[in-house]
Amino acid sequence: MIGGLFIYNHKGEVLISRVYRDDIGKGRGGWRNAVDAFRVNVIHARQQVRSPVTNIARTSFFHVKRSNIWLAAVTKQNVNAAMVFEFLYKMCDVMTAYFGKISEENIKNNFVLIYELLDEILDFGYPQNSETGALKTFITQQGIKSQTKEEQSQITSQVTGQIGWRREGIKYRRNELFLDVLESVNLLMSPQGQVLSAHVSGRVVMKSYLSGMPECKFGMNDKIVIDKQGKAGASDEAGKSGKQSIAIDDCTFHQCVRLSKFDSERSISFIPPDGEYELMRYRTTKDIILPFRVIPLVREVGRTKLEVKVVIKSNFKPSLLAQKIEVRIPTPLNTSGVQVICMKGKAKYKASENAIVWKIKRMAGMKESQISAEIELLPTNDKKKWARPPISMNFEVPFAPSGLKVRYLKVFESKLNYSDHDVIKWVRYIGRSGIYETRC
Amino acid sequence: MPAVSKGDGMRGLAVFISDIRNCKSKEAEIKRINKELANIRSKFKGDKALDGYSKKKYVCKLLFIFLLGHDIDFGHMEAVNLLSSNKYTEKQIGYLFISVLVNSNSELIRLINNAIKNDLSSRNPTFMCLALHCIANVGSREMAEAFAGEIPRILVAGDTMDSVKQSAALCLLRLYKTSPDLVLMGEWTSRVVHLLNDQHMGVVTAAISLITCLSQKNPDEFKTCVSLAVSRLSRIVSSASTDLQDYTYYFVPAPWLSCKLLRLLQCYPPPEDGAVKGRLVECLETILNKAQEPPKSKKVQHSNAKNAILFEAIALIIHYDSEPNLLVRACNQLGQFLQHRETNLRYLALESMCTLASSEFSHEAVKTHIETVINALKTERDVSVRQRAADLLYAMCDRSNAKQIVAEMLSYLETADYSIREEMVLKVAILAEKYAVDYSWYVDTILNLIRIAGDYVSEEVWYRVIQIVINRDDVQGYAAKTVFEALQAPACHENMVKVGGYILGEFGNLIAGDPRSSPLVQFNLLHSKFHLCSVPTRALLLSAYIKFINLFPETKSTIQEVLRCDSQIRNSDVELQQRAVEYLKLSSIASTDVLATVLEEMPPFPERESSILAKLKKKKGPGAVSAGELEEGKREGGEVNGWEVNQQKSEPSQENASSLTTSPSPTPTAMHLSLTSFFFPSSLSQSTPSPSADLLGLRSAAPVSAAPVSAGSLLVDVFSEAGPAASTAGVNDDGFLRFVCKNNGVLFENQLLQIGIKSEYRQNLGRMYLFYGNKTSVQFVSFSTTLKPVDPLVEGGAQVQQVINIECLSDFSDAPLLNIKFRYGGALQNLSLKLPVTINKFFQPTEMSSHDFFQRWKQLSQPQQEAQKIFKANHPMDTEVLKAKLLGLGTALLDNVDPNPENFVCAGVIQTKAQQIGCLLRLEPNAQAQMYRLTLRSSKDTVAKRLCELLSEQF
Repeated sequence: MIGGLFIYNHKGEVLISRVYRDDIGKGRGGWRNAVDAFRVNVIHARQQVRSPVTNIARTSFFHVKRSNIWLAAVTKQNVNAAMVFEFLYKMCDVMTAYFGKISEENIKNNFVLIYELLDEILDFGYPQNSETGALKTFITQQGIKSQTKEEQSQITSQVTGQIGWRREGIKYRRNELFLDVLESVNLLMSPQGQVLSAHVSGRVVMKSYLSGMPECKFGMNDKIVIDKQGKAGASDEAGKSGKQSIAIDDCTFHQCVRLSKFDSERSISFIPPDGEYELMRYRTTKDIILPFRVIPLVREVGRTKLEVKVVIKSNFKPSLLAQKIEVRIPTPLNTSGVQVICMKGKAKYKASENAIVWKIKRMAGMKESQISAEIELLPTNDKKKWARPPISMNFEVPFAPSGLKVRYLKVFESKLNYSDHDVIKWVRYIGRSGIYETRC
Repeated sequence: MPAVSKGDGMRGLAVFISDIRNCKSKEAEIKRINKELANIRSKFKGDKALDGYSKKKYVCKLLFIFLLGHDIDFGHMEAVNLLSSNKYTEKQIGYLFISVLVNSNSELIRLINNAIKNDLSSRNPTFMCLALHCIANVGSREMAEAFAGEIPRILVAGDTMDSVKQSAALCLLRLYKTSPDLVLMGEWTSRVVHLLNDQHMGVVTAAISLITCLSQKNPDEFKTCVSLAVSRLSRIVSSASTDLQDYTYYFVPAPWLSCKLLRLLQCYPPPEDGAVKGRLVECLETILNKAQEPPKSKKVQHSNAKNAILFEAIALIIHYDSEPNLLVRACNQLGQFLQHRETNLRYLALESMCTLASSEFSHEAVKTHIETVINALKTERDVSVRQRAADLLYAMCDRSNAKQIVAEMLSYLETADYSIREEMVLKVAILAEKYAVDYSWYVDTILNLIRIAGDYVSEEVWYRVIQIVINRDDVQGYAAKTVFEALQAPACHENMVKVGGYILGEFGNLIAGDPRSSPLVQFNLLHSKFHLCSVPTRALLLSAYIKFINLFPETKSTIQEVLRCDSQIRNSDVELQQRAVEYLKLSSIASTDVLATVLEEMPPFPERESSILAKLKKKKGPGAVSAGELEEGKREGGEVNGWEVNQQKSEPSQENASSLTTSPSPTPTAMHLSLTSFFFPSSLSQSTPSPSADLLGLRSAAPVSAAPVSAGSLLVDVFSEAGPAASTAGVNDDGFLRFVCKNNGVLFENQLLQIGIKSEYRQNLGRMYLFYGNKTSVQFVSFSTTLKPVDPLVEGGAQVQQVINIECLSDFSDAPLLNIKFRYGGALQNLSLKLPVTINKFFQPTEMSSHDFFQRWKQLSQPQQEAQKIFKANHPMDTEVLKAKLLGLGTALLDNVDPNPENFVCAGVIQTKAQQIGCLLRLEPNAQAQMYRLTLRSSKDTVAKRLCELLSEQF
């Protein structure tokens, strides 16, 4: 179990330290040894530490970095690393929900709150309820307000009850529901256009403003469900939907989803938390719609010159618009000068990043654009050849590259008098680039 | 060196550095550096030539980036260009870049060497210095090749500036250190020596460093430097002279130079020239005198400078070791430092005194400080100082103060630091041995040592004490008594148990007279420690036990009991098990004479160098123990080398023992080998690889290990050869007895051979079929039995049949023996089996009525005609089985004879050629008690007895 949790700034100074177990502080110096060990071996390490888990003197350090802030969980025991990281991410979510961006400034301003949270969400190193909605009922930023006996008992029953993520008696005049499908598409392509690896990792994020204790049911074009229905129902529908259904490789759900029901019927039913939360996470690897195709052309002209030509093609419906497109073309380390010509957008040589960055604000589907650059090189006495790192790309498109479609989201609330039709529902699809690279 | 003027401030560099320092994160820093590198690349690439200033600036930036830990792969050319500039600052940056970043890049090296050569030949002293510094900083072999000839010329040239000479001397020193073969001696050497008289302080200091280094390799070439150095030293030291008075440092004239001169003199023996020597002695006296004077300043620099010279002077005095007067004075001076406030001074004083103590002139003087040193050992706060104190105590120890010092060291040992304990233990052990006047004191000391610091007592120490006890008759009784007392402590160290086991095993008899330490008490004391010890110690204790059996026959049964218990004889450790089994057998089968010879007292150890001393030497490195000590150490040589049994003496005894065996020839060796491994299993099983294997080693056991039998097969040999009469036949007994009541079956079986039997009897005649089955896949060669000739080859998997005809001539009790010999895979196999021919095989059943039976029963009423036995049932009491067995016996089973139907009554006549012997049998089972009463009456008493014996094993 987690022995302690430390938050450092970029200099390696400890902003928050909370020790849950004595074992991390055995010996002279106590837990400060552990604090220093992480600072010296990870934050101030000569080489950048890439592993998120570091083992120093039989003590394990699990860290995540948010902007310039390091969160490190420390333990002497053989804990489940995935659990620790899940907790650390959850911790980041909770902090973001309470005071916005995680920055040194914000942490310093909220350190009483953070200690309060840490007391609540970890007990003797065991993670407890870390649901923001639930936490917000009893850890507030409004100062201390003495609670009545009923309120106290209500909190107790809620925290210890079966549905810890939603309190009772929520009331909205307008019952509204927002559903975002956020996907990031990852690609590695060979110079000849062969897909070497591609996958989409997606999240379904919901924002619910519903009264009472509603029961929701979420449906999407999951291949297994569609096939099952196709067998049971009309055959013509099966033929039609078979094309549109997607194969989900793996998925995880928010704790509110009834897993037993998902296992038996593969239906996603749940009582939603109030406010914003992530309903599910999934990953697909088959039949991915690649929104852009990058065609590189690199020619070395002697020892001191390099010619680069890159063509990008958008590959989706012409009615849709991709946004925030950025192509990053790496340049050799001995570049001494660059001339760029591009048809669309703006391109610039960024010496500090050793790359040419080409930005296009908007681009419709089924279009093509091109950039060409001449790179001058300085002859060096280094015999090493340039490694030719891949060309990477960033973009945002208004559809789900995995092909996921929301088929329905039904809301049932038997006690209050509103029905599924009264709920206003919004659905949005956003596809972003993850690591979208093409070798050159 | 001209200061960098304000105009050369390189603002761009300053801005860049401050940018880097203001970076919030590593990523930001890398970004800034990448940007700057791209900028510099574009500048260097640019078509228009850069001026010297910007070139210098960019090279400087590159250097800074490199020093931050990033790779720089360009800019070398620009740096080399800077070398040819005429501006000092540009040249300086160029050289700086080259010294830091140069690698063996061939084309650049050529350019750089060219530039250096130009600078060396220029008349500008600053340029020459820069070039020399660069050569020294790079110091590569290429540089040495290019300039090793040039630099000595600059060094000794008359018109060279002093500062250049100084640099040249240091540069040459550096080149000499990296590649001494390239710096050739020549006519310049004599002129270098004369630099000792140079007026420039820097030149002299640098020259002394160079000469000191050179003269260590070629002392003869630089011999002349001694007199020059002495005169220079005397000029500096004596207050009358004004040499280098400008370089007085806190009232001490030229302290560094003085130290270097004194160190240079330490490379040479005392000067032979009387005048020079007189002058030097005078100097040294002056230095010693000055140390006595009250300090001229309270500043620490003053005393540091003064003491530095003093310690170098004392080191020189010790090095000469020829001036008793000076040595004693030095010693007294150091004695004062022993109580100085400064820890460093105390440390240095102790260290120097250590070397002083080995000089015959000052040894006595050092000894006067013993109280102070002991105090230092006890109260010093710094462990390194305590360590020096311990070293000094060791060095100053002699016969007169040994007892005191050893006692002090022992008492200190209880609280000593763990890091120095082992060394302390060794030192105590050595001192105790070296200066032992009476050996009881020695034994006391070592046992105390083991008691106090058992963990740190290495094997060598306790081997040594045993060597000495064995070799000294006068101390053995005392040692046994002391060790016995020491073992009575509730918790004693394993090493103590080892010593105790060994000494009591050898000399326990010397204290056995006292009822408080009677043999059984001794044994129980040792055995109470047994279970707490490790395997090697247990092995040693087992050997001690067998020695006890020899020393005190009255303990034999107790010890055999111990050996026989499962935890010994079935111990999972092979070594222990082997010992237990062998000792048990040895004690039960060998006569007291044999035991006495086999387990004779250990012979004295050969005199050899003390193994402890060797260990200390190894620990401290050569030179830590002076030659004198080594010789003294040899005086008490000898080693414990496995507590082996004296070979020559045990040989004849084995001949006696061989009467027990069938094939005597290989036995002595086998016994022998296993006996050599009685003690110190390291010689056999290698379970505890000792670091001092060569000391412990098998040197005196070499003839034994040269025997052709490998150690691994010992166990087998001892089993099959040494005690076949007991062991093999014992195995076969089982099979033999099975055949009393039946005629067919498997007589014997092991991994190699199976022997089956079929037999039939009529009257006094019988016929037996023997089947020898080869269970292996390899053929047996020269197969033979004692009965009849058979085919000498038995193929793998094949069976050989042999038919024997038997005739019973008269009654008998011993079964005939069958000896089988064959070779399996080159090894001779020897089997000896009892043939299952028993007297009952020749029974003729006789039917008779109850009346007849009792009449005959009464006729055979003489006591010797009856044999009766009451025994416990070995098998379940099943009436049918009993009946079958009795019928198998060959007699007639008579019903309705005995009034009790539970009882069995049988009658039969044994047919032999000579006579017929009538037998009556009555078996009364008692089902409740699971007992039988067997009564046999026969016309011949021996037959009744024999049958009773045979039958009592059957039910």
